[in-house]
Amino acid sequence: MTTLDEKSIYGPVTSWQTDFDHADPSYNENAHAIWSELRGACPVAHTERYGGTWLPVTHDLVHEIAYDTEHFSSRGVVVATVKPSDLPDAIPAPIGGAPPITSDPPFHQDARRILLPAFSPKTIDLWEPEIRLLCRELIADMKAADVVDAATQFAQHIPVNVIARMLGFPPEDGEKFRGFVHDVLEAINLEPGKRAEAFMALDAYIAKQVQDHIDNPRDDLTNFLLNAKIYDQPLSLQHVGGSIILLLIAGIDTTWSAIGSSLWHLATNPVDRRRLVDNPALMPTAIEEFLRAYAPVTMARVVKDDYNFHGNEMKQNDWVLLPFPAANRDPKEFENADQVLIDREVNRHAAFGLGIHRCLGSNLARLELRVAVEEFLAAFPDFELAPDEVVKWSVGQIRGPRELPVRINARTL
Amino acid sequence: MKVQVDQSKCQGHNRCYAIAPELFDVDDLGNAFAIGDGVVGPHLAEKARLAVANCPEYAISIVEE
Repeated sequence: MTTLDEKSIYGPVTSWQTDFDHADPSYNENAHAIWSELRGACPVAHTERYGGTWLPVTHDLVHEIAYDTEHFSSRGVVVATVKPSDLPDAIPAPIGGAPPITSDPPFHQDARRILLPAFSPKTIDLWEPEIRLLCRELIADMKAADVVDAATQFAQHIPVNVIARMLGFPPEDGEKFRGFVHDVLEAINLEPGKRAEAFMALDAYIAKQVQDHIDNPRDDLTNFLLNAKIYDQPLSLQHVGGSIILLLIAGIDTTWSAIGSSLWHLATNPVDRRRLVDNPALMPTAIEEFLRAYAPVTMARVVKDDYNFHGNEMKQNDWVLLPFPAANRDPKEFENADQVLIDREVNRHAAFGLGIHRCLGSNLARLELRVAVEEFLAAFPDFELAPDEVVKWSVGQIRGPRELPVRINARTL
Repeated sequence: MKVQVDQSKCQGHNRCYAIAPELFDVDDLGNAFAIGDGVVGPHLAEKARLAVANCPEYAISIVEE
């Protein structure tokens, strides 16, 4: 948040193969070119940063690690200067600090089953009218302008607003959520003490909201978790708080990035934009293609014990990044992998991960993305990047535009 | 032809249900299963093939009879 002095403890990257840093601003800006270079050169990059981190960039290798819960633990999923093993009071595997995303088998499946029904397709579909209304309200506020920021005035508000409603948190706390998300996912290269301060603020906020739900029960996900049981026992408050951190942090930056990247594509590709306006039947394949080509989420694992992974000597507690977006651009897995084809019918992308940790909120994310794109296009069929303005990309494991100035009444076709 | 979902592989990506709701349904956890006995009429053969080709977990297969 703004109170932190955001100074990276690392210097500029000297080599993407041996000294990469995903928090270097040039990483996300040039991600596709970097992955392409690494795919030909390594294909597992390494850096000493963050206490030792690996970056496999092919679909095969990402797939293999995602499935290999024997050698790779999920107890840490955000690569940062603080490792789970550095925290004496951290909840160890198999539970982790934010179950089930930080959990390993066999506990993982039991924790995940608690939350799955709330995010199943049929439950999530019921949110469509509310999401559509929210999009229209955001659009109504922008219509008088010539240039709007599609990231800060539109995309970011959608997941923030929806998750606040689902959890039963004050809607006016949206700005706070965005601060927490930034602290957890973007401020990853700070001196460890600074990072701990940010986490304490997040924990304190969640504890306050949980207490309010204990005192004033209502029909929302927070009370659902407070009433849920695992192994015939109520979830511990630590488990409830950790799951709330997961729901709050994981759904916001990610979906906002997917919406922003999709709108960025349409702002910079007038032919695709016009095709979608003229032929909305292309929307399902277009959305999956945006998810493939601009997948926002790179996950991470922690190496359980020293392990030789295809000739790479991984050490216990090393980090491993799982760049699903890079897997989605692997030409061995996808034809014309670097082309965005909005009518691509065969598209086995891994935007929501692979294996047991498939994104819990994928149905909600996909719904928010589709409705956001539909409503933005319906309101502004001719938008383009605003001339003389700069698109600013995120830093860290979640990739998407943080500032996306667009001219909403362009006449380019 | 018939479609089958391998329950041990399905992770609930929901791609098959989105592509071919005539052939697939999802349970309360969001995991997919083939509707009825999984038999695919000729008019749905292409959708069945797309469901197979889009499953990220390779959980769907077609059995030719």
